[in-house]
Amino acid sequence: MTLLIKKHTKPGIKEIFESGTFLVSGEIGPPKGTDIDEMIEHIDLLKDKVHAMNITDNQSSVMRYPSLGTALIIKEHGGEPNLQVTCRDRNRMAIEADLLFAYTRGIRSVLCLTGDSIPVGDHKEAKAVFDLESVQLLQLISGMEAGKDTGGNELGGGVEFYKGAIVTPEAHPIEPQMIKFEKKIEAGAQWFQTQAVYDMENFKRFMEAARKINDKVKICAGLVLLTSMGAIRYMNANVPGVFVPDNLVEEMKEAPKGEALNTGIRILARQIRQCIDEKLCDGVHIMAIGKEGAVPKILEEAGVDITKM
Amino acid sequence: MIITTSKPFEEVLQELEGEDKVFIVGCGLCSTTCETGGEDQVAEMKAKLEAEGKTVTGTTVYDEVCHELNTKRKFRENKEAVGAADSFLVMTCGAGIQSVREATEQAVHPANNTVFLGNILRQGQFTEKCSLCGDCVLEDFGAICPVTRCHKGILNGPCGGTDEGKCETDKEKDCGWTLIYNQLDKMGKLDRFRKIYGLKNWQASMKPGKVIFEKKGEGGE
Repeated sequence: MTLLIKKHTKPGIKEIFESGTFLVSGEIGPPKGTDIDEMIEHIDLLKDKVHAMNITDNQSSVMRYPSLGTALIIKEHGGEPNLQVTCRDRNRMAIEADLLFAYTRGIRSVLCLTGDSIPVGDHKEAKAVFDLESVQLLQLISGMEAGKDTGGNELGGGVEFYKGAIVTPEAHPIEPQMIKFEKKIEAGAQWFQTQAVYDMENFKRFMEAARKINDKVKICAGLVLLTSMGAIRYMNANVPGVFVPDNLVEEMKEAPKGEALNTGIRILARQIRQCIDEKLCDGVHIMAIGKEGAVPKILEEAGVDITKM
Repeated sequence: MIITTSKPFEEVLQELEGEDKVFIVGCGLCSTTCETGGEDQVAEMKAKLEAEGKTVTGTTVYDEVCHELNTKRKFRENKEAVGAADSFLVMTCGAGIQSVREATEQAVHPANNTVFLGNILRQGQFTEKCSLCGDCVLEDFGAICPVTRCHKGILNGPCGGTDEGKCETDKEKDCGWTLIYNQLDKMGKLDRFRKIYGLKNWQASMKPGKVIFEKKGEGGE
């Protein structure tokens, strides 16, 4: 089989974990439109500061430049992409076809999500697909790795991905989430990124429960950069699964004028440090949401340099 | 029951533009309950159309407009008024409207939007609990349907957007998966929740649906 994979210049997420390294990943949010210069600047800025970059897939149900295309751009620029795949906009056939393409272009890591609902986004009259959901998507990939598509047909050359999934430690109630976490592992998930965590005590309790369910699967804390009070109000009201707690809201409120972003950077750096120092988890996933330029500063404040890990 | 809502009267008038002789059809079942096509609403529509200068050649309200043979019979019974009309305004669900389509060569217009197969909560309040997927999964989920009552219709547990038992699309709407979890927990059947559900067979609800039962006495052994 001829694979069109470019020679890998960086270790994949799987190799990072296998070497016992604490994973530091970032995120690229593609733009709405074809002006991709700023996104490419972010890719160039992050590619050597983080081990891998997630590319969001029409995040928050807002139509954007595609995740798969962005993953290829990241590779072209020497970064390591973590391809997010949601089930909201594509049925099983479209997803399978995309995965075949992704594999032949050297994408090694896929993050499997159900996807936000259509009404939270900017195409409110669109038809939602949800032919499948995150657990079934993991099964679909596991099946393709075994050489078959979901129609039961043999593939002329299969795929192999490091399969990631999402878990929400701040979900209320938490019990159904934990069962779903277990089901995702059963369906083939090898590692997890969490939805945004803010309450570190709650995250510790979550990690204890998660380790009891499975102590082999890798788990990275999802950390979101707080940029302003307006952003917090927006996230609390509009971003599914995100709840910024009062103590952090207070800390942001007390920030002097013009210092909100720096306060957010300080909070995130502190959270990263805590994850590492207290060995809470296997890595962190930094979601700077439009402020990717702040990531080097966050890592510097946290004293994290991936070239020395 | 099939839940319908009335189209705005302005939209109905647009539909009838250039057609002056109108026959109105209502239904004695679902659209009577929904108050979108019962005797009262048909009489009200007649008065409003007449006030707009239309001639209403006749009206009829009967049970099961969706019954195509029944509709053809009703039209024969109203031969004169039906024959005088150049247009039919149908105040029923989409099935009834298309049943009228089969009974006449003239123009047929919908007066309602057909929204879902609904449960009646109380007068004037309806909710959707079944979406006719053709492959019923209620046995596995404590008789609460994830295909319909979860906004995403997913089969393996709640999505990350659920919060305090409410849906990410609307804080007033229950998260179907929280309802299912609580029900299965109460029944001591959480093992059903732990089981991974494979892909759903959407072929079971492929459009257009068609069912033909064998007649009694035929095909049996």
